[in-house]
Amino acid sequence: MPMSATSTPPPPPAVAVQDASVVLGGRPILRCVDVTVEPGEFVALMGANGSGKSTLVRAILGLHPLTTGEVRLFGHPLHDHEDWARVGYVPQRPGAATGIPVSVREVVAAGRLTRRRLFRPLSAADRAAIDDALEVVGLADRRTDTVSHLSGGQQQRVLIARALAGEPELLVLDEPTAGVDLPNQEVLAETLAELKRRGATIVLVAHELGPLARLVDRAVVMRDGRVAYDGAPLLDHEAHEPWFADTHSHHHEPPGHHDHAPEVRSPLDRKERRPR
Amino acid sequence: MSALELFSLPFLQRALIAALLTGLAAPAVGTFLVQRRLALMGDGIGHVAVTGVALGLLFHTSPTWTAVGVTVLAAVVMELVRESGHTNGDVALALLFYGGLAGGVLLTGIGDQSTATLQRFLFGSITTISEGDVLVTMVLAAVVLLLCLGLAPQLFAIAQDQEFARVAGLRVRAYNMLIAVLAAVSVTVAMRTVGLLLVSALLVVPVATAQQLTRSFRSTILAAMTLGTLASVGGLVLATFASYGAKVAPGPTIVLVGLAGYVVAWPVGMYLRRRARLRSPFPALPPVGHDTTEHPHDHGPGCGHLAVPHEDHVDYVHDGHRHAVHEGHYDEH
Repeated sequence: MPMSATSTPPPPPAVAVQDASVVLGGRPILRCVDVTVEPGEFVALMGANGSGKSTLVRAILGLHPLTTGEVRLFGHPLHDHEDWARVGYVPQRPGAATGIPVSVREVVAAGRLTRRRLFRPLSAADRAAIDDALEVVGLADRRTDTVSHLSGGQQQRVLIARALAGEPELLVLDEPTAGVDLPNQEVLAETLAELKRRGATIVLVAHELGPLARLVDRAVVMRDGRVAYDGAPLLDHEAHEPWFADTHSHHHEPPGHHDHAPEVRSPLDRKERRPR
Repeated sequence: MSALELFSLPFLQRALIAALLTGLAAPAVGTFLVQRRLALMGDGIGHVAVTGVALGLLFHTSPTWTAVGVTVLAAVVMELVRESGHTNGDVALALLFYGGLAGGVLLTGIGDQSTATLQRFLFGSITTISEGDVLVTMVLAAVVLLLCLGLAPQLFAIAQDQEFARVAGLRVRAYNMLIAVLAAVSVTVAMRTVGLLLVSALLVVPVATAQQLTRSFRSTILAAMTLGTLASVGGLVLATFASYGAKVAPGPTIVLVGLAGYVVAWPVGMYLRRRARLRSPFPALPPVGHDTTEHPHDHGPGCGHLAVPHEDHVDYVHDGHRHAVHEGHYDEH
């Protein structure tokens, strides 16, 4: 198709982050970050604890408001991005289990919501996508089990299946390998390899890549809220060299803790503003 | 009066309809509240409804409608506070609790109403429901059921994982408001049945009972609705028969029947959970410790590996393991 190659402009990047800064609790977490992810790329976002890698993906998904800069998904600015069916998100593990027993299939079915209309039952296409997603992560035989009865690695795979059920073009995974044993990491690597074959764009936050290393096209290493490296894939130990690591301490800050702000608050205090 | 004559009385028929609808609608909303760990939200709204009822009594309008108005307003405020505040809403809930109850009692006094009137709403008076009240109950319960079941996939996703729902493009704030408003409406619907102080029981107890026995959200919400209906209708019937002998109020009877269901379901749930744990044991691992493969090196004194005395023999530290000679090969110790 030489005609179309010359007449159509190249597709816009799947993710374009320009000069993005994020401030949480009065503290700058991301400082003027520029990252671009082309369609079909597999990018690993690495860095020490507290380097801002999770914050960056959350900002990309619109979960943290930007103080400066702009995020574009598939060429559309985030605030008027409507086509969320093209995006799949796999959050960090907690959140799979809640106060009510929930079956594996129900969690995965939630991933189909991007493509469902209100007040409509699941269509045949929805069911097929859910079954396919369960098949890909190897949990088809556990579909009626309660999620909280599964192991941590299996719960992580349920969350991945949920994102897959929406058949996204861009898949964002936040630390999918943290606290997951090697066999489950292998399953994860096979799943992502299959998605990569299907042409999906994948952004992966990881402290350590393990079996995923062979899939990575590009590594971005964060340090102190800035991009410290952006280029060819790095080995795990390279991403943790002193010039990438946090120079101040290796302590992990507990989430939601503001060390410089008073902890007693009234219910009417404002939290960070959230979009929408 | 025989039982048949009793149940042909119009006031009891109205009560049965109200009990049936309340028993269906309240647990449907309650399931989403329990899923979001807001089980006490119904209580908070119930207390605020006292102010709404008192306002209705003060201005001689329908207490049901003023209660709906005040509770919906309070639920929206509570949701806004929960969303924007740093606390996860329990302090805000407590503040509403006290304000609502105190305001209600104060306004009742100002309106020169007897506490007996307020008590009808505090502890329920299902047998004094008028025809208009039954109609209002039917309409509100139908709306609650339609929204709860029709939007169940969306409400489920938001209660399960708000951030995922946001990335899935759902209007999380609007759905949060919807749940709060539905909770407020179902509280006012259940107000006449079990009373404002016990209203949360009808939202939460059937759900707590159902989740002892169920493995999925769908079966939980359906079982909770069934159990809620059984408890409210059963409690009303039980109270009616019991009132031959003593003064038995339907509201508390309904709640106690619901709790009895929980007491029965709990041991069954314990047994089922135990069985589920046994059903998925640890995965079988290959046996460790008997390495019959050829060992390229004979361990012995001065072989270069650290020798560790171990009971009656000597182990040699090798590649992070301790090797012990055993019939021509080495065991891992």
